Amino acid sequence: MPDATFLDSTELVLNMGPQHPSTHGVLRVILKLDGEKVLGTDCVIGYLHRGVEKIAENRTFAQFNPYVDRMDYVAAVSNGLGYCLAVEKLLNVEAPPRAQAVRVILTELNRIASHLVWLGTHALDIGAITPVFYCFREREEALKIFEKYCGARLTTHAFRIGGLLYETYDGFEQDVRDFCAMFGPKVDEYEELLTNNRIWVSRLKGVGILSAEECKEYGVTGPVLRAAGVKWDLRKAQPYSGYEKYDFEIPTAQNGDTYDRYIVRMQEMRQAVRIIEQAVAAIPEGPIMGKVGKVIKPAVGEAYVSIEAPKGELGYYVVSDGSTQPYRCRVRPPSFVNLQALDRMVRGGLVADVVAIIGTIDIVLGEVDR
Amino acid sequence: MGKLLRKIFLVDLFQGLLVTFRYQQPKYIYTERYPEQRPKVAERYRGAPRLNINPDNGETLCISCNLCALACPEALIVVTSERNETTKRKELTTFTYDTSRCMFCGLCEDACPVDALELTQDFEMATYTREGQIWDRQMLEEGPKPTQYKC
Repeated sequence: MPDATFLDSTELVLNMGPQHPSTHGVLRVILKLDGEKVLGTDCVIGYLHRGVEKIAENRTFAQFNPYVDRMDYVAAVSNGLGYCLAVEKLLNVEAPPRAQAVRVILTELNRIASHLVWLGTHALDIGAITPVFYCFREREEALKIFEKYCGARLTTHAFRIGGLLYETYDGFEQDVRDFCAMFGPKVDEYEELLTNNRIWVSRLKGVGILSAEECKEYGVTGPVLRAAGVKWDLRKAQPYSGYEKYDFEIPTAQNGDTYDRYIVRMQEMRQAVRIIEQAVAAIPEGPIMGKVGKVIKPAVGEAYVSIEAPKGELGYYVVSDGSTQPYRCRVRPPSFVNLQALDRMVRGGLVADVVAIIGTIDIVLGEVDR
Repeated sequence: MGKLLRKIFLVDLFQGLLVTFRYQQPKYIYTERYPEQRPKVAERYRGAPRLNINPDNGETLCISCNLCALACPEALIVVTSERNETTKRKELTTFTYDTSRCMFCGLCEDACPVDALELTQDFEMATYTREGQIWDRQMLEEGPKPTQYKC
């Protein structure tokens, strides 16, 4: 923490947050400034700490499932998938092919919804007010599919350990196909609004550069890593839930600045549409629930499963002591790890760039603080 | 040269403005006018809880097996029952559901073996007091009665 007593007369310590609207929640950033220039930052987190990992120790495996939705509440379905896969690995069961296909469709829809929230709020922070309305309009269509499928829009609780509880509703395939057909042209519209816009380009190009080596040192994953030119996506590197069956590309960029991260996320939305189209064309018939008993009681052991969440690598480490409750459940949240690179990215920049960089990391404070 | 002309004539800005003006048409209005126009929620929507009664004789379907209370992660359901000496069956006396702590995960609904407890499509559950959020058996059977606004 920058100490006030050792400040030069030109230096200033400024608190940004925890109520600042551009910190995407309750993040407090202590900035050490020289005029407009940022000399250093310090993040203060924990304002949204709810002790989710401790709650897990006092709940059964099935009972903890709704809580994981409340960590990264913008991408609740991805969280549910990660937790279910971890417990399934512990139980040594696999979800049936039909369940896997539906899981892929819903997680990719959620990836689009999460990126749309990111795009809208990131553009809003920088001063482009229009995209947020368009983004939330399209996100609404994805949330309607979640609502029809599982009964909730945001904290979905869509998956159960071993597969799915709900069979797809009548017209599910058609709704998903309609969404894909509708969404492709909408991404073009967002790009028309932003990609070549001179204000947008000059606010983002060359801001918050994080090179590939630095990304690896900090353990940064997700679009931030791919924007630095590293072709790393867990859906390709360690396929789970049947991702090896789908044909898609990993979008990358070279410079690792804020503009490249924007380009990578826009391309990811297009790739997500591609995956959904392939998955919905071939949903296999069959059961939706694997061989899991009514009471989930895994043998003594531990399992770690990491998935590619919209924000990066999301890992669940679950330890069982043979009872119905997890002995320990550790979460590796992508936002928390990516946030650690904030200081490196903003150092030497301007105060206005801090807002742009916090937006580009795409943090959700529910996940950072847990 | 083309790049310079594009810059002088603000092509990038007009491109964006064109998108905005295309959506000025009234047919693109997306806003729901909520209190007057009530949204139609999905069939599987998980909203206010309801304790179903048998429509033929008005008796509760609940067999007071306590499975919902055990399934609830927040332990917010309290079921009490007493044994009827003549029929030797458990009869429901009270059923309390604390909606202020409920996260509408639907685990109680899944656990119910007789489909007595159900999460319904009602979503207007606001009250003026914390006590009003704790629903007793009568409230659960009748459901919430939100004010209907007409324009």
